[in-house]
Amino acid sequence: MSVETASPNGHFVSLRGVRKRFDDLEVLHGIDLDVSLHDVVCLIGASGSGKSTLLRCINLLEQVDEGTIVVDGQRLTGTKVDVNKLRRRIGIVFQSYNLFPHMTVMQNVTLAPVQALKLSKRDARLRACELLAVIGLEEKADEYPDRLSGGQQQRVAIARALAMNPSLMLLDEITSALDPQLIGEVLDLVRTLAGEGMTMIIATHEMSFAREVADKVCFLDAGVICEEGPPHQIFSSPREERTREFLQRVLEAGRM
Amino acid sequence: MGRFLHTFFSPLDFLRAVPQVWNGFQYNIKLMLLAEALVLVLALLVAIVRGLPGRAALPLRAAAIVYTDVFRGTPLVLVIFMILGFSTLNVFGLSSQSLFVDGVIALTLVYTAYVTEVYRAGIESVHPSQRMAARSLGLSYTQALRHVVLPQAIRRVIPPLLNDFIGLQKDTALITVIGLTEAVAQANFYATDYFNYAGLTVAAVFFIILTIPLARFTDHIIKEREKRERAQAV
Repeated sequence: MSVETASPNGHFVSLRGVRKRFDDLEVLHGIDLDVSLHDVVCLIGASGSGKSTLLRCINLLEQVDEGTIVVDGQRLTGTKVDVNKLRRRIGIVFQSYNLFPHMTVMQNVTLAPVQALKLSKRDARLRACELLAVIGLEEKADEYPDRLSGGQQQRVAIARALAMNPSLMLLDEITSALDPQLIGEVLDLVRTLAGEGMTMIIATHEMSFAREVADKVCFLDAGVICEEGPPHQIFSSPREERTREFLQRVLEAGRM
Repeated sequence: MGRFLHTFFSPLDFLRAVPQVWNGFQYNIKLMLLAEALVLVLALLVAIVRGLPGRAALPLRAAAIVYTDVFRGTPLVLVIFMILGFSTLNVFGLSSQSLFVDGVIALTLVYTAYVTEVYRAGIESVHPSQRMAARSLGLSYTQALRHVVLPQAIRRVIPPLLNDFIGLQKDTALITVIGLTEAVAQANFYATDYFNYAGLTVAAVFFIILTIPLARFTDHIIKEREKRERAQAV
């Protein structure tokens, strides 16, 4: 993805006034967010603050009611967008892994490249082997997901998303369902991706991880971005009262 | 008691009736194989149509619902007579000219409605997050259905589906009401010829022999799945 094709305002991802309603409940009340190429943005906030919905909107898994989303110069919102084509360049990883249980690890990773990108089976397997090497699970290629630990499954889910060569990765609380001793291996992989310059938007409850890896942290509260800034500022001297309260609660819960 | 045993279990009549009933039973086997093959494919199509998203597909979905409601609710024997009537009166210039074909049509219409519901239950049992994960990777609706949803759904419904097929095998006997000379009809012919019902017993034995392998196979699949699920839970 070249910098020349970036959005007019120079940002790789640009959201303006994004609103999303589920029946009577408005979950996102006008979100503005900019993400530069190669940046990592962490979304923090209580459960129900809209982090997951926001990520789903960027992947078009949810249709926004109002506002615009531009990724890499491509408008995602409005009519006449080819969702299947746009989604291929935006990877998303879920809290619950969502691997396909009837397929081996290899089949999980090669399905979309073969079906959606029309890669040959051979090329897809080669690419999958490289990715499995990166996540350290080459020897699990022919196992089924239920034979893997949660951490291993989540790493496969990341590899499956990377197999599409996305230019943007969305990570939706990917360590929330994991046992504490398995969280590290998944976060290490995300660190590697960040180091390689992958543009990422990460919804997370892991505050120390957000502090370490993020270029920008956004605190979401009740469907709006209440405060955003570099991690040291958000975590050390938050300006907003609500941010302070949230961080205080996190601190008390021993999560930081 | 002796009279009862003689009427239904006389060894001489039993053996004598076997070839005649077997002649008819070949119709039952053919009815079953043809109808099952058609049901497998058609029911999947109807189930897929019932699950189509969006407003544009509304008439199709409605048609699928009406179809399953009507044919699940109508007794098979009624459908058989109606198809025969349809065929003999040459409605719309369509006539099968064959009791056998009428039988296949009736069985297929009714059992497709049952099996559609079985498939549908299977499709709905696949968690929406599976479809979402597939779509998020850029797969189209059809690709997600074909590679992710249906393989899981079909695996789950094999036992209830085989159960419906056991029902279908037995119900091939109902085609006798329109005069197809299948096993039950032949057994009745034997009864009127020899004043002995051993032929009916022969027919019953044939049907039981036909369904037992399928029943055991269904048990086997269920047991295997339990074993696997228990292994996963550990």
